[in-house]
Amino acid sequence: MALKIVKGSIDRMFDKNLQDLVRGIRNHKEDEAKYISTCIDEIKQELKQDNIAVKANAVCKLTYLQMLGYDVSWAAFNIVEVMSSSKFTYKRIGYLAASQCFHESTDVIMLTTNQIRKDLSSPNQYDTGVALTGLSCFVTPDLARDLANDIMTLMSHTKPYIRKKAVLIMYKVFLKYPESLRPAFPRLKEKLEDPDPGVQSAAVNVICELARRNPKNYLSLAPLFFKLMTSSTNNWVLIKIIKLFGALTPLEPRLGKKLIEPLTNLIHSTSAMSLLYECVNTVIAVLISLSSGMPNHSASIQVSFSRHAHTFSLKYLGLLAMSKILKTHPKSVQSHKDLILQCLDDKDESIRLRALDLLYGMVSKKNLMEIVKKLMLHVDKAEGTTYRDELLTKIIDICSQSNYQYISILVELTRLEGTRHGHLIASQMLDVAIRVKAIRAFAVAQMATLLDNAHLLTGNTQRNGICEVLYAAAWICGEFSEHLEEPMATLEAMLRPKVATLPGHIQAVYVQNAAKLFATVLRGQEGAPADSTVAQETSQLLIDRLPLFVQSSNLEVQERASCILQLVKYIQKLQQKDVEVAEEVTALFAGELNPVAPKAQKKVPVPEGLDLDVWINEPPSGSESEDEGRKSKGKAVFAKDESRHTKPRYTEVDEKELAKRREVRKAEQANNPFYIKASPSSQKVYQDGVGVEHIPVVQIDLSVPLKVPGMPMSDQYVKLEEERRERNKADKKKKKDKKKREKGEKGRRRRGDSGPESEEDITPAHMVDIVTEEMPESRDNHIRSDPDL
Amino acid sequence: MIKAILIFNNHGKPRLSKFYEHYSEDTEQQIIRETFHLVSKRDENVCNFLEGGMLIGGSENKLICRHYATLYFVFCVDSSESELGILDLIQVFVETLDKCFENVCELDLIFHVDKVHNILAEMVMGGMVLETNMNEIITQVDAQNKMEKSEAGIAGAPARAVSAVKNMNLPEMPRNINIGDISIKVPNLLSFK
Repeated sequence: MALKIVKGSIDRMFDKNLQDLVRGIRNHKEDEAKYISTCIDEIKQELKQDNIAVKANAVCKLTYLQMLGYDVSWAAFNIVEVMSSSKFTYKRIGYLAASQCFHESTDVIMLTTNQIRKDLSSPNQYDTGVALTGLSCFVTPDLARDLANDIMTLMSHTKPYIRKKAVLIMYKVFLKYPESLRPAFPRLKEKLEDPDPGVQSAAVNVICELARRNPKNYLSLAPLFFKLMTSSTNNWVLIKIIKLFGALTPLEPRLGKKLIEPLTNLIHSTSAMSLLYECVNTVIAVLISLSSGMPNHSASIQVSFSRHAHTFSLKYLGLLAMSKILKTHPKSVQSHKDLILQCLDDKDESIRLRALDLLYGMVSKKNLMEIVKKLMLHVDKAEGTTYRDELLTKIIDICSQSNYQYISILVELTRLEGTRHGHLIASQMLDVAIRVKAIRAFAVAQMATLLDNAHLLTGNTQRNGICEVLYAAAWICGEFSEHLEEPMATLEAMLRPKVATLPGHIQAVYVQNAAKLFATVLRGQEGAPADSTVAQETSQLLIDRLPLFVQSSNLEVQERASCILQLVKYIQKLQQKDVEVAEEVTALFAGELNPVAPKAQKKVPVPEGLDLDVWINEPPSGSESEDEGRKSKGKAVFAKDESRHTKPRYTEVDEKELAKRREVRKAEQANNPFYIKASPSSQKVYQDGVGVEHIPVVQIDLSVPLKVPGMPMSDQYVKLEEERRERNKADKKKKKDKKKREKGEKGRRRRGDSGPESEEDITPAHMVDIVTEEMPESRDNHIRSDPDL
Repeated sequence: MIKAILIFNNHGKPRLSKFYEHYSEDTEQQIIRETFHLVSKRDENVCNFLEGGMLIGGSENKLICRHYATLYFVFCVDSSESELGILDLIQVFVETLDKCFENVCELDLIFHVDKVHNILAEMVMGGMVLETNMNEIITQVDAQNKMEKSEAGIAGAPARAVSAVKNMNLPEMPRNINIGDISIKVPNLLSFK
């Protein structure tokens, strides 16, 4: 018998313990999963043994495997067995395993109740301790209900070690079984005055947690906590109490007033950062809730705070606190502007971003320029694109409040390289120049210099690069060219050969605005016939430089360039005949372009006698003629918000029309031998229905079109026709609005082209573009769709 | 309340994971990975506080992390805990480990994770801070270790011998053995002529 035991224990010597398992896993890095599954098999064998030591060892290994992510819930019963061992070592292993993997739906938990109860009343304090620790992790409502009384008794245990643990676990018990709170509460309050600091701290902890959930009920404890706060020296206790006060103050303003004094004392006396921060936080909360000025208080607090703010975390928290203050007391934060600006220099990006946010909130008319100047400096220094871009967006946001300086700042921004915000800057420039008449002169002057120095920017030709700004520059110079001091020089700058390296859309704008500038130059020269040479020189300049653009690979550029070239040649001929051309040329660009609000269309009053809902012509079978002047069509064509109005407006067709159409459709369907008729019942519903509206329209997204050869698709065509006609009608309706958009030159083109169109009855369903190989000299062959501005 | 305590190394391998709320094992592993991802992106000198990842409560919870040599110590806490206080707590934890293991290094945590759990159990119980005084913690830990040793008693001797042998690192040995200065006199052999 004895031999058997010895033999058994020798066998067991070669079991793997935890260290062996870990070592083994480290040595099997390639086939880790396989090795672990072997180990799990071994563990299963070990768990079948009677020897509790072996089981404990196995459970210990399982705990490790659980950390690696393996499910060990199959061993739950074995864990309970190990928990019930009489030896502390094994018990501890069992409880640890339980705390890692037991949860509410573990069935064997019920079996643990008695064991835990036994352990709680064990003479060995460490048995009790280990049971309490384990229980705190897997307590369920049932366990809480059954064991609440035992734990309450333990709160008055002789050993502080046990008292401490018992008090702390009561919180978990309350969470799971709230009814236990009422009987236990008086004892809990007693523990606040326990001689042992650990027990006291545990009690404070529990009550603070409870109070955070339900502040109202614990207001009565405030005096007691006040006493504790002034008498205790334990930082943790103080922190908890102060946090608690922070939560209570909104409910009891008088409490806030009383707190300020002791809190400020603490702030000035303590050396612990954590305590200092909590005090400051709570003082801020108190001040905000009191919403009285108290500026000197907050100032003194912030000064003492900033003195200590040398660590990054503290700075971050300080900035957070200041942003809280900012919402209610912006003035007190203003005085610390310099400090915040310093934070912009910080290595930590999150601090920089917080400081930036703070500055944005602090901006006012007076300090705007100063702040923006400093921000510009930072943009220069800043590396790392996210921060820089954030900075740029903020600058632009701030500056949109002050337009005059805005332009110069935008120009400065363009001097920086490597930003992705060219597009943004460009649109902002355009926006400001259009909307604010007063600064147009200034803007134009700046843009002219920019164009002059365009060679600096042409290097960066990627999309959204800084060269987008040139787009804006050219446009502004062209549109507001009356403000230009030297239109000739700018014109010359626009037409330099280097411009051809810019992206297509920018070149197009250049060409277009060169034409506008030409008009301005001509107008300037008019009335001084002796200087007609200048005018002729200008024409010659254009004729010389434009051919380069005519050969551009970008269609847009080609078009515009060749158009303008023709125009200039024509004008040159006129000039040679000494005809006054300027006025007509200027007429090409007359009229102001204003931005149009999206809802502007609705505001347009409908003229008398116009009913928008009536068919203009006879329904489908009728013809639709192109009436109205070409000019107005040109007008409508260049509506800035055209895209928004091209949605086909389905006019309300009255009932008779609907019925008529339905008849037509039914007739078609009846005649179509291949049309699958709907069942009689659904047809009835259809007849009673309001029309097609009640049928849900589902988009069939097919890669292969629904075409079966041989099947007539008559109703499809009818539908298509109807849709197209609706769209045309919607286009025509736009002519009736009062948008002042005119580019006469384009209108002229239209004039030339629409000759053949007016003879057609129905605009063709498909527009065919005849693309010829050679560069078009005459563009009359093309039926062009409306080019975008 | 503390929601979770995680220790992982610079490559994201977990060295200790203690969750005070129940999650499935898969979710736990995901949380560890996510936390590692969030924490490893941070630069050395930056703020120690992060907002929690999606899986572990999102912006309600904060991650307080400290980096010691090759290990990240991360405590996931809710708003009732003071962030700076938790930083201090991490410091206390590490110092305690240092005292208990004698110049603790990652290997100690790898091979003795159960001991680390036992130490942690004396500091944090059920997500609430139990004890912050280092000496008090060490007293309790030592007392329990003594109990363990006394229970193992004589029966534990063979097992201890075996593990001592297993822990022996043979290639290391010759370096450890100090042979001392032996001067061997080699006689001057005359040539055999």
